[in-house]
Amino acid sequence: MPLLQVKKMSHRFGGLEAVKNYDLGIESGQIVGLIGPNGAGKTTIFNLIAGVYRPDEGRIFLNGSDVTGLKPHMIASKGLGRTFQNLCLWRHMSVLEHVKMAHYSRISYGLMGAFFGTIKRQKEEKQIEERAYSLLKVVGISHFADQGVRNLPYGAQRRVELARALATEPSVLLLDEPTAGMNPEELEEMMAIIQRVHKEWNLAIFLIEHRLRIVMELCDKIQTLVFGEVIAEGSPLEIQSNPEVIRAYLGDEVGE
Amino acid sequence: MGKTKGIRKVMGDFFSSVPLLAWLSGALAAVVLEHLIGDDLSEFLGLDKIPVLFGCTVILKEPMRIPGVIGYVFLIYALPMVIIGKLTAPPANRVASVLLKLPLMFSTILHLALLFAVLYFWSDISAYRALMAKLTLIAIMVTLSLNVINGYMGEFSCSHPGFMALGAYGASVFTLVFFVKDRVFGPPLLPPELGPYLFPVALIVGGLLAAVCALVVAIPSFRTRGDYLAIISLAFLFIVKSALENLEIVGGSRGLGSQPGYANLTTVFIWTVLCVWVINNFVRSTLGKALNAVRDDEAAAEAMTVNTRQTKMVAFLFGAFWAGVAGGLFAHVLRYVNPSTFGIQKLAEVLAMVYFGGLNSVFGSILGAVSLNLLGEALRPLEIFKWIIIPLLLILVMIYRPTGLIAFKDFNVRALVSPRRKKEKQI
Repeated sequence: MPLLQVKKMSHRFGGLEAVKNYDLGIESGQIVGLIGPNGAGKTTIFNLIAGVYRPDEGRIFLNGSDVTGLKPHMIASKGLGRTFQNLCLWRHMSVLEHVKMAHYSRISYGLMGAFFGTIKRQKEEKQIEERAYSLLKVVGISHFADQGVRNLPYGAQRRVELARALATEPSVLLLDEPTAGMNPEELEEMMAIIQRVHKEWNLAIFLIEHRLRIVMELCDKIQTLVFGEVIAEGSPLEIQSNPEVIRAYLGDEVGE
Repeated sequence: MGKTKGIRKVMGDFFSSVPLLAWLSGALAAVVLEHLIGDDLSEFLGLDKIPVLFGCTVILKEPMRIPGVIGYVFLIYALPMVIIGKLTAPPANRVASVLLKLPLMFSTILHLALLFAVLYFWSDISAYRALMAKLTLIAIMVTLSLNVINGYMGEFSCSHPGFMALGAYGASVFTLVFFVKDRVFGPPLLPPELGPYLFPVALIVGGLLAAVCALVVAIPSFRTRGDYLAIISLAFLFIVKSALENLEIVGGSRGLGSQPGYANLTTVFIWTVLCVWVINNFVRSTLGKALNAVRDDEAAAEAMTVNTRQTKMVAFLFGAFWAGVAGGLFAHVLRYVNPSTFGIQKLAEVLAMVYFGGLNSVFGSILGAVSLNLLGEALRPLEIFKWIIIPLLLILVMIYRPTGLIAFKDFNVRALVSPRRKKEKQI
């Protein structure tokens, strides 16, 4: 069974059919890309998998267990990490605090430990801090550790999101446009980081991306979504030459 | 301009090497001095009695006595503090640096003991001062516990006086039933000698009562935020108030009196320290920081495995618990409570302290509670003008520091109690 599997998922917003009969299977170590025009329902699919919305139909399996309808934090602690399209950082917290916070579900000192500052808590906080710091090193922003996130350059903020998602110890990582709004330099670095973390933890990655070059370079498999339906699925080469995909992106050829 | 800067720099250089420990010793010397010669000196300076609040009241009431008051404050407080502070600075620095090598607890306890001694001698002069000190300490607890909800979690809760009322009535009924011969509750169930020892139980019962009732506000907070939750919490405040007004067994709107006087300065001080310590511990832990995550971006918090419902619940119940404990102390300090104490006026007062002092900050809450409480008392002779000056001050703070005086800062005990070295000359 694949690591992340979605079976016949559909979702409606009022009269709008946002996602129709969607299927997905990602094996461990695989990178799958999701492309499609604006408003095709890509982020909705992410939110459905992450548990922000409950799908009207269909089931979602993570690591072989059914996670359909669970709360987002439960799905996240079962091994689903994600980043957001428009940065969702906590504006009053430092970079290190961001990554520490993502360890929440594994904190075992409990409320009494938090209230009375027990030795167990101090030990655990120290461990979390060390791990957070090493993750910041992996994404290359450990020198910003004590800075507030608001003061960081845009590219670094994206990396905070990535480090935070990695801190939840995911087996599947959902990246929602990880390179949106980046300059070419930041873009190259981000791609290198994604490849590095992919190799290091053998992560399954599911990513939404608009820049086709990145999708072609990173992904093993690509799905093309138009109006909530997958119109094509296959290797980057197949997708590139698929007439349906070309039509969806560029429109019909005139005078045929 | 240049000259004032020069004076400032000289003063700064002069005091930069004085650690908190030395300041506290200076303050202790000042209050002991007041004890010894305060009466004689105030007579000599033409004052009726020792000025209770650093002379603020006298200045506003009888302008003719201003020179005497200034002389008194200078001789009793300012001069000893500066001299002793400066003189004890080198040994105090040494002691502080030795203590800092041990666990932080030792240093903190020494500082707190000194602070308590200062408060004790200062408030020993008159009953008014003692009451002021106790009410200020209680205000710190209330402000801090409201800051957990309004500052750290970023909800606008208006139900805090309600939680206080529940705590006050809960603790009062507990002590009245068990330790006092009362008209309504009959003879004491336990020997009254046990009372002072079981008083903490009474306070905790009051706090737990408040926490349980806080569920009424915590559960709607799963689904609503912002203005709507503010209205729900306001409704809760009114429910509590009118319920107490109509509950004859606790005296209805006449109030509930004759609580035993267990809440002396020591008790109130210990509970306040406990409250500050626990809340400061909590908000600095990752579990406590989850409150900030929920405030700043709830969706992101959920995606990062944070159980947001549990977090909200903990914040409300925890805040309510401490408000309840503070209410219990409040009832036993005044030895009388009535429902109208815990109305909109109280709400405005507490909110003002939180927002004046600073959101998301333990130190800010302490500052807000102490300064607004002292200001309120100091400006009392101005009567109606007091209610123009204090709000005006609030408006000014909101304009120049929209999140309060000291906001979004961790309360760093280590930095506070560490020794001060002379700054290196800048090149």
